[in-house]
Amino acid sequence: MVRLVAFLVGLFFSGMLLLGLGDTVIKAIQEPAQPSAEYEFHEKPLAVSFAHDGPFGKYDRGQLQRGLKVYSEVCAACHSLNLVAFRDFAALGYNEDQVKALAKAWKTEVPTINPETGEPATRPGIPADKIPSPFANEVAARAANNNALPPDLSLITKARADGTAYVYSLLMGYREQAGYKNAEGKELLKEFPDAKATPGLHFNPWFANLNIAMANPIASDDLVTYDDGTKATKEQMARDVSAFLAWTAEPKMENRKSAGWAALGFLFIFTVLAWMSYRTIWADKKH
Amino acid sequence: MSFPWAQEYKPQGAVSKWVDERLPLPRLVYNAVGAGYPVPRNLNYFWNFGVLAGVALVIQIITGVILAMHYYASVDGAFNSVEHIMRDVNSGWFIRYAHMNGASFFFIVVYIHIFRGLFYGSYKAPREMIWLLGVTIFLLMMATAFMGYVLPWGQMSFWGAQVITGFFSAIPVVGEPLRQWLLGGFAPDQAALNRFFSLHYLMPFVIAGVIILHIWALHIPGSSNPTGVSVKGEQDTVPFHPYYTAKDGFGLGIFLIFFVAVTFFAPNMLGHPDNYIPANPLSTPAHIVPEWYFLPFYAILKAFTVDFSIPFTGIVIIEAKLMGVLAMFGSILLLFFLPWLDTSPVRSGHYRPLFRKFFWFGLIPCIVLLTYCGGKPPYTQWVILSQIAAAYYFIHFLIILPIVSRIERPLPLPNSITEAVTGKPLETAAA
Repeated sequence: MVRLVAFLVGLFFSGMLLLGLGDTVIKAIQEPAQPSAEYEFHEKPLAVSFAHDGPFGKYDRGQLQRGLKVYSEVCAACHSLNLVAFRDFAALGYNEDQVKALAKAWKTEVPTINPETGEPATRPGIPADKIPSPFANEVAARAANNNALPPDLSLITKARADGTAYVYSLLMGYREQAGYKNAEGKELLKEFPDAKATPGLHFNPWFANLNIAMANPIASDDLVTYDDGTKATKEQMARDVSAFLAWTAEPKMENRKSAGWAALGFLFIFTVLAWMSYRTIWADKKH
Repeated sequence: MSFPWAQEYKPQGAVSKWVDERLPLPRLVYNAVGAGYPVPRNLNYFWNFGVLAGVALVIQIITGVILAMHYYASVDGAFNSVEHIMRDVNSGWFIRYAHMNGASFFFIVVYIHIFRGLFYGSYKAPREMIWLLGVTIFLLMMATAFMGYVLPWGQMSFWGAQVITGFFSAIPVVGEPLRQWLLGGFAPDQAALNRFFSLHYLMPFVIAGVIILHIWALHIPGSSNPTGVSVKGEQDTVPFHPYYTAKDGFGLGIFLIFFVAVTFFAPNMLGHPDNYIPANPLSTPAHIVPEWYFLPFYAILKAFTVDFSIPFTGIVIIEAKLMGVLAMFGSILLLFFLPWLDTSPVRSGHYRPLFRKFFWFGLIPCIVLLTYCGGKPPYTQWVILSQIAAAYYFIHFLIILPIVSRIERPLPLPNSITEAVTGKPLETAAA
């Protein structure tokens, strides 16, 4: 009885799946899938390497400080960094006074209330504060950005496939759309006239749907002046801020890797000992 | 229970005797995983995975209890509380990554454990009850893992919950009210998050309870073995301790090396980037995928694309969506009937030439293909492949397996475990 029912159920499910298969094939022949601009013109991330890559990689403190400078003077005009506090900047190599000074000098002040009147007010930041957002709320952010919402950047390198390389590629990826050809030599606007960026959007083949609301944020060199004298080329700024955003997403990465090596070392010894005791105990038993 | 030659627990010293007479708990442990449990001497490394699954559950419970001390189940605060754990709680990043990857490793270990059972026929008499309890544990694990994935309240958490609870709305008439009742609202929201947290904390202890039954049921007939030949005498077995505690210790070391390598060096490898974006009910991700361990079932769900209807009348009897849901649950529930579908008296796949062919060249590629297609967007080629693979899955278990076990001529079995191990006939080996 079980086998009979099973046979009928199996016949039913597989029959419906094979009917579905026929249906899928017929539909695919009748109306073949249309190639899409996103599918053919979306670029894979650029190859870029960082000091913190790999199982031994550590953050380059100088690079993170430069990245912070790019973030604070360029990105922070629109993008928040809600999960990071000023005190966290100690990890970039700043001492206590420098962190205090950074918090105090931050362009956006921290929302608070006037202690006398209870009216909304602002005050300078202190190390315990999270980085204040450039906009009071989502509505304000959209209103100032042509109805697009600049995402919070705290986790951006973990929230996108290929993380840090994606951020770097996006920053370096603005192209002139007219006449743009992909690696195969196909011209985007000839193949897909609809893919043309509408006003307020900017062409960037590293962005998922090719047209992004953000204008090229590092369109020219020397947007910032680095304290360590590094020349602020576009490439340098993109690389530094990508490294900084890798740190904001994964501030404990160095602890993680060093703890990982310690754990692996311990486990290696444990496993060798366990293997030896296994061989000893079983020595007299054929198995 | 157990074999007559099992060693008896002899309490040493006055305290042990005193305890043993009042509450024989050490005796229970001794008989369960100590020298009092005789185990076939020929077990291979596939038999390590039961113990490893137990370890994985313990890791999940310990890390989970600690995470719950810092997490708060609120739609406004859950995402940030997880990030608070990652950033500000001492070693919180370790606890969270261990829990997150621990779930994946729990499934890896359990899938290998199930694979072992399928190939070596561990589900056959007299071990059906162990198998039934095992499938129950698997179902409970899936429910627990699903609810756990919702808790960080990222984009995939939210939309995963939306899709999975949407299964219930496929049920005719009562579906939608049932879904709303389960969620406590029209969509996943505070009520759903709270109850998922509550159940996610409860279920592991239910799993632990069923595991105790699973082990209890195991100790009635004793462990199976790679030859599938029953234990004939004392020479076929060794005491669990020290023989298998030593072997499991080595297996545990290897397992932890893999677990630690992923947890510390590629902790987000098995996750989805979208879950680092806070849940947003107004923005649907480009394509919603579950965690990797659900992908084969997700592929089966999506493989059903045509309604079951009376031809030329347009009368639909079962909609494609409902059929997908039924098939998806059916693909797991059919495992409950496996002991009665596979009627071959030979347990081990080693001695079943025809079964072995269908197993290696049919079932295994089919499951790999389903896993792969489950993670792909619904382009024609992936839909076609998952429809073929899903059809084979049902045909394999429900049609091929009963027929194979009827027509197959198994290879000759060794007379005993000892003979298989030593290559000598039983009489001389025993001497």
